[in-house]
Amino acid sequence: MEYLTFKLDNDEFAVDVLKTREIVDLRAVTKVPQSPEFMLGVINLRGSVVPVIDLRLKFGMAKGEVTQSTSIVVMDVLVNGETVVVGAMVDSVEEVMGLDDSQIEPPPRIGTRLNTEFIRGMGKQDEQFLIILDIDRVFSTDELLMVQGVAETSSADSI
Amino acid sequence: MSMDQYAETFREETLELLSELEVSLLELEQRPDDADVIDRVFRALHTIKGSAGMIGFDDISTFTHEVETVFELIRSGGMEVTSELVNLTLTARDIIKSMMEMSFGGEPVAPEMMTRLTAGLRALMPAETAAASDVASDVGAAVNAGSEETTYHIRFRPPANIYHRGIQPLALLQELTRLGRCRLIAQTDSVPELDELDPELCYVYWDAILTTGHDEDAIRDVFIFIEDDCELKILAINDDLLDSGQGERLGDILIQHGDLTQQELDQVLQEQAKPKLGEALLKAGVVSGSQLDVALEVQAEVKKRQKQRQVVDEATSIRVRSEKLDSLVDLIGELVTVQARLSQATAEDDNPVLAEISEDVERLTWEMRDHILNIRMLPIGTTFSRYQRLVRDLCRDLEKDAELVTDGADTELDKTVIERLGDPLVHLIRNALDHGMEKPDERRRAGKPEKGTLHLSASHSGAYVILEVRDDGAGINREAVRQRAKKQNLWTSEMENNDSELINLIFHPGFSTVGAVSSVSGRGVGMDVVKQAIDALRGSIKVSSLEGVGTTFTIKLPLTLAIIDGLLVEVSDEKFILPLSAVEECIELRRSDVVNANYKTLLQVRGELLPYLRLRERFELPGERPDIEQVVIAEVQGQRVGFAVDQVIGEHQTVIKALGQMYKHLRGLSGATILGDGTVALILDLPPLVQEAEICEREMVAAQS
Repeated sequence: MEYLTFKLDNDEFAVDVLKTREIVDLRAVTKVPQSPEFMLGVINLRGSVVPVIDLRLKFGMAKGEVTQSTSIVVMDVLVNGETVVVGAMVDSVEEVMGLDDSQIEPPPRIGTRLNTEFIRGMGKQDEQFLIILDIDRVFSTDELLMVQGVAETSSADSI
Repeated sequence: MSMDQYAETFREETLELLSELEVSLLELEQRPDDADVIDRVFRALHTIKGSAGMIGFDDISTFTHEVETVFELIRSGGMEVTSELVNLTLTARDIIKSMMEMSFGGEPVAPEMMTRLTAGLRALMPAETAAASDVASDVGAAVNAGSEETTYHIRFRPPANIYHRGIQPLALLQELTRLGRCRLIAQTDSVPELDELDPELCYVYWDAILTTGHDEDAIRDVFIFIEDDCELKILAINDDLLDSGQGERLGDILIQHGDLTQQELDQVLQEQAKPKLGEALLKAGVVSGSQLDVALEVQAEVKKRQKQRQVVDEATSIRVRSEKLDSLVDLIGELVTVQARLSQATAEDDNPVLAEISEDVERLTWEMRDHILNIRMLPIGTTFSRYQRLVRDLCRDLEKDAELVTDGADTELDKTVIERLGDPLVHLIRNALDHGMEKPDERRRAGKPEKGTLHLSASHSGAYVILEVRDDGAGINREAVRQRAKKQNLWTSEMENNDSELINLIFHPGFSTVGAVSSVSGRGVGMDVVKQAIDALRGSIKVSSLEGVGTTFTIKLPLTLAIIDGLLVEVSDEKFILPLSAVEECIELRRSDVVNANYKTLLQVRGELLPYLRLRERFELPGERPDIEQVVIAEVQGQRVGFAVDQVIGEHQTVIKALGQMYKHLRGLSGATILGDGTVALILDLPPLVQEAEICEREMVAAQS
């Protein structure tokens, strides 16, 4: 399988390349009031309104500085059984690489800063670890609800 | 076209026919003798049967055939229309619909239902026909299926010695009449005087006007044994004849029949003083009365056909998948956005040529927008028949007597709105009949007519459509609402004096005044569901009611969901759109006015105190508010409310884009739109904003006291 890799802080992440649509430069984001901080807002993507998420904030990292290489990875994500186009803001996009399943190990129970729910596995590339994300989980509404503070027992169970 | 496409077309057409059938049946119930209605029912059944057979849905075809047989019998006068028959046929219609849905992946139909229905229908038929119908109509149907009816003029002049050859012309003519609806006229002008008459010769010839589904060959077949010896003219009164322009004028018809020569005609025409040629010809003795009859009949048929064709021509339409229209709406949405950008770019650039082009593009875009949105508009009347049926069936179940009167069936609404309006309307009608409408004896005691009336009306009002569901039933019981409200802690002392606030409590989630749950309504889905559905369409619903007199629900809906006129405003560098249709005026609010006002959230406009809310505070936007704020005053659910913003920018053609799943839980915003500079602005959803503000205020007041 092929993966698109990108960087957040010093960590390298990967998503299934088939999930991604395109990579666009950071552009004017319209804030949507009363939504969690990691939900940056919406952008105009050739006439469509696409929500954008700051992955750093989503993963509990410090807010990053916007640089030349800051990009938005536009992806098809399954939310409540419906395909939704979502953008993820990342520090920089690295490359597309092939990884065999044998090169992927199950997610570690400890030692990562982020919710292991989001991790599909760990890949290894030239002594550098890659965190392979289960992007549908990252964007699941339970997660969003939880942050919005309206979640009930169902999402509490999943933590 | 692939088979799937045929099947899909069949499905669409059949659904249409089924709803036509429903309408016709309900009409038939009112006027059981109306031959036109009987014909319509028959034709609908016939077409369904025919096309189902063609497409290979034999089960539908066979079943429909059973029902059609009954109506064939009614049409020929062999049977009467009874209400039982209408009931059975309506059920049959439902079964046909289920069968079709089954073929397209729906639930299977219980075979015993079909058997029971068929048995019921047969029981209604006169005994001998019921038995015979199996065979006889099968044959007829096989020939008839799929072909359209044509009217022919046939002139049959047998050889004079026909009796010598042992052929009975009567038998031939009888066979001819069996082909369809036939009028025979015997022409006796060549019968000689009695002393010259040879009784063994045939002097008579016949004209027939035959309307049949068979073709010309079938007619010729009747005369096959003597075809070579007799004179047989068959003229189809069809489109070819119409196109040739012949058959319109009586003289032409007679000449064509050979009853009149051009010379004779010219002569009579010269002498003719009166406009009626027929009378003149008769007087001149050049044609006989019966010859004229035939010609007149042919002429009438031609005229009828011309009229039909005109109707068909006028109604020329094409069937387009609604997805295609949807994508067209999307495209025009993008075009409107791009056009806005173009206008903005031109405004910044001082180029008169470009400005002119930009204005043209703007004009064209807006025109196109209107046209495209118009294509999606459907008359709401298409759904009314469904409610007729609903009322009828409910009345039977509830032992009530009520009539649904509809008004404004041609009011047009966006297709999507109509579709999503179905369930709420069904709910309202159910409620009206179940809770509102009294039983006939109760109504009599109350001095009302036993038959209740339920009004469903639609009308335009600016950019809105107003729908009204009005009943003349018992009205909403205030005491019951009050009790219930107290029980659910919704009661406030203000409601004592404000009746409208009290009865509008019925839209509150989980509110129901009826103790027992009936099978018809009150299944735990309350009026709040109706309200939600209407809210989702960006509409509003209000109720007014007089005890003992009736209840009226008024629904106000926007014409279209895709593009609205908006008012663009700015608050701390963020742009928002308010639906312009709600906006009444904009006023300035000085900082000094605010300080002076006693009540913080009230604002004085020409002596009237209005509540207002600050978008900056509501959306927790950063920055200080300017010295002079702008307040947009809008009507929200019958109430004037102000929205304080930094700046009012102006009108904006707003193409509504959904915010989608990710922002599903957000209240107060109904979507987003793209502005001329390419950035995104959010569209405000006013009713929830106001509601929230009211709740906040109430909590604050409660906390203070």
